[in-house]
Amino acid sequence: MRIFKSRAVRAITTAVAVGLIATGCSSDRDGGDAKGGDKDTFVFAGAGDPGSLDPALASDGETFRVTRQAFEALLEHEPGGSKLVGGLAEKWSSDEAGKVWTFNLRQNVKFHDGEAFNAAAVCANYDHWFNWKGTYQSSAVSYYWQTIMGGFAKNEDAEAPKPNYKSCTAKDENTAVIEVNEPSANLPGGFSLQALAIHSPKAIKEYEKQDATAKGDAITYPKYSQEAGTVAGTGPYKIVKWNKGNKEVSLERFDDYWGAKAKVKNLVFRTISTEETRRQALQAGDIDGYDLVAPADVTTLEKEGYEVPTRDVFNIFYLGMSQSANPALKKPEVRQAITHAIDRENLVNTQLPEGGKVATQFMPDTVAGYSDKVKTYPFDTAKAKDLLKQAGEEKLSIDFCYPTEVTRPYMPAPQDMFELMKADLEKAGITIKPKAMKWAPDYLDATEAGSCALHMLGWTGDFNDGYNFIGTWFAGPDKQWGFKDQKVFDAVNAASEVTDPAGRTEAYKKANEAIMEYVPGVPISSSPPAIAFAKNVNPPKVSPLTQENFAEVSFK
Amino acid sequence: MLRLVVRRLLQLIPTLLGLSVLLFLWLNRLPGGPASAILGERATEAEVARINRALGLDEPVHVQYWRFLKRIFELDLGTSTQTGQPVWDEFALRFPATVELSVAAILIAVVVGIPMGYLAAKHRGGWLDVASVSGSLLGICIPVFFLAMLLRGIFSVELGWFPSQGRLTTGINATDVTGFAVLDGLLTGELDASWDAITHLILPAVALASIPLAVIVRMTRASVLEVLGEDYIRTAESKGLDKRTVRGRHVLRNALLPVITAVGLLTGSLLSGAVLTESVFDFGGIGSFIRTAIDGRDYPVLVGFILFIAMVYVLINLLVDLAYSIIDPRVRVH
Repeated sequence: MRIFKSRAVRAITTAVAVGLIATGCSSDRDGGDAKGGDKDTFVFAGAGDPGSLDPALASDGETFRVTRQAFEALLEHEPGGSKLVGGLAEKWSSDEAGKVWTFNLRQNVKFHDGEAFNAAAVCANYDHWFNWKGTYQSSAVSYYWQTIMGGFAKNEDAEAPKPNYKSCTAKDENTAVIEVNEPSANLPGGFSLQALAIHSPKAIKEYEKQDATAKGDAITYPKYSQEAGTVAGTGPYKIVKWNKGNKEVSLERFDDYWGAKAKVKNLVFRTISTEETRRQALQAGDIDGYDLVAPADVTTLEKEGYEVPTRDVFNIFYLGMSQSANPALKKPEVRQAITHAIDRENLVNTQLPEGGKVATQFMPDTVAGYSDKVKTYPFDTAKAKDLLKQAGEEKLSIDFCYPTEVTRPYMPAPQDMFELMKADLEKAGITIKPKAMKWAPDYLDATEAGSCALHMLGWTGDFNDGYNFIGTWFAGPDKQWGFKDQKVFDAVNAASEVTDPAGRTEAYKKANEAIMEYVPGVPISSSPPAIAFAKNVNPPKVSPLTQENFAEVSFK
Repeated sequence: MLRLVVRRLLQLIPTLLGLSVLLFLWLNRLPGGPASAILGERATEAEVARINRALGLDEPVHVQYWRFLKRIFELDLGTSTQTGQPVWDEFALRFPATVELSVAAILIAVVVGIPMGYLAAKHRGGWLDVASVSGSLLGICIPVFFLAMLLRGIFSVELGWFPSQGRLTTGINATDVTGFAVLDGLLTGELDASWDAITHLILPAVALASIPLAVIVRMTRASVLEVLGEDYIRTAESKGLDKRTVRGRHVLRNALLPVITAVGLLTGSLLSGAVLTESVFDFGGIGSFIRTAIDGRDYPVLVGFILFIAMVYVLINLLVDLAYSIIDPRVRVH
């Protein structure tokens, strides 16, 4: 026994010694001062893996955050703002009808694979997308192309949208002309989207050799989009490696970049799916920054000395009403009563981070077309009760769906927000039947199908045009809302046909007024999402569109 | 021995067949069917119909089942709807991480648990016994994900001793040979990478080990106590046999038989139990992948995972039986 005992003691001693060595080896970790003396690498954590290295196949922010550092579109937004400015095109203009778009391209721009950027390269991209076949025509693959440019050269699905793209011509080396069939509210904003960023023509030839196939039970993305190597853009960083096992995409400074060179040599995007883990990884010094900071953490992190810049509001959170799910909602008095019943001020003060704003219409005040003259529905429980009485719905009982296990930039704590609204509505005498659902796909499917009488949703804008907000919901009948009001639809669509910016802004104002007269749902708030960085980091300008340029990042 | 192996491998067939029927029925009862899971929220009805035709979902059920079965036998698990890549590739990418984590956890549980249980039994009623019994109770009580968060909060955020998440520190030069980060470092001579991988393993492995450790301590203790009370031990000791021989050859050997079965089953359950631990530490193994697959209703991945776990269980059982027959030759006779 003695021997066994001493062996056991020796084993334990060894284990402790190993532990101590481990401690010694990693004692240079210090909250907020990541990576010791290595200032060549900046590590940023997002919440989800990118889906593809070719942004044209994607429609999600996690993918675009990565690709945006490597690919540039014809237009972009001013740093830190939402105004359209030149990107790969220095100047652009359209004819009066809004059908012919001319781009004067930037010169001396090179792709990562050494190819020269010119008008032919621009057309190679647009023609490549327009000629997509088979699986590429599925909206799951080419969502943004279809939203901005409609269908394809040969639509294979009878229900695919009508193509709006007509042609792209290289007028000369540095002038590209893109023609569309009809003027569209999505232009010129659409030209700034990552999904329509310009790739090297040489890379496109490689892309075209590969096919996205619908084999077995899902769409298989082409190999080039899953491994760094083929893709090539013109951005300040080039993508060098996608280590899926370690959940990180590595980028390296592109030394031939035409603009201001990236300050940090290596940029790594890492996926850490839970918010709690991201925060602790920053505090432990494992990463240098992360996105989707919980509003409750903002003040704590700031007090601890972290950089927590807040983006300008560019989103909207609303209480949706589905008239098909509950016919009582067809009565304007009932919709108005619900709107009066909710204390939006209180929701903003208690649930949103500093800078949150009460919404009066379905777009934030940073978007052109925001109107100061919309009909407002101040918090007034007595009035809500009156209106319900007028409508003969004093005993209204209604389903209220809310999502679980999710936070969105516009909706930091869905369950708490639901509880507050439920209490408000109950004060006005409405019986609430709560329905909790998992965010994806249950909740999204149910709200989309219009089966939730009351539900909470929101939207972060893609580009600064009113249509990107109100057009999303009110351009025509939509199951989510379940109503048909030609006055509202006409008002929204009228704006998309106006080509001069001032006129369009006016038209959107009118549309907002029409919508709030009809009050299809309750716009509630706009909130500023925060993004956190280590203490030794000079953060990039944060963008209301979440389009940060990491080439601006440096270490102190 | 060979017969045992063959017999056990043959047993895989009815198990997997039964499971395949259950899985097929489950898939066919899904709301909206696979097409809506694949295409997502934006799908039009025409698209759904097209996918249904492409996948043969408009054919009779038995034809569909036969195709499903054929694909399983061809080891074609389909394509993940979340990543758009073959399920096999996704598994191959992530499986090593989970194995590494599970092996580390089971090693901790065995290396610490068996001596602890043995010592507790030897000193029955003493402080060591009380400490290990109540400690193991605590290990079973604390939910793994909570322990994981606690360990991370203390040892990586507060003390900064271990990394808070992931498998490797960004920037560590690691060549991928087998996918097993610790092993790869040793194979390629990149000892830094191996060491880095080990530091990433420790916290999640300790969290994951908590339940098996507790089970092993308690089982070893109970089993040793039982064997110590047996007549043959008393006889051996009274005959004046060397105490070390008695304890090593007779007590431990016999006491370990049930423990080995338990270790086998625990290893199997660790693979599926890693889901929570991996999520907390964003470990990049099968576990966290499965969690997102559940969230996103990635059915091909879930079906593949369930089949895979079933296979692992059967194989581990086989290994346990083999180990058994080595320790206790009587088993071989039957």
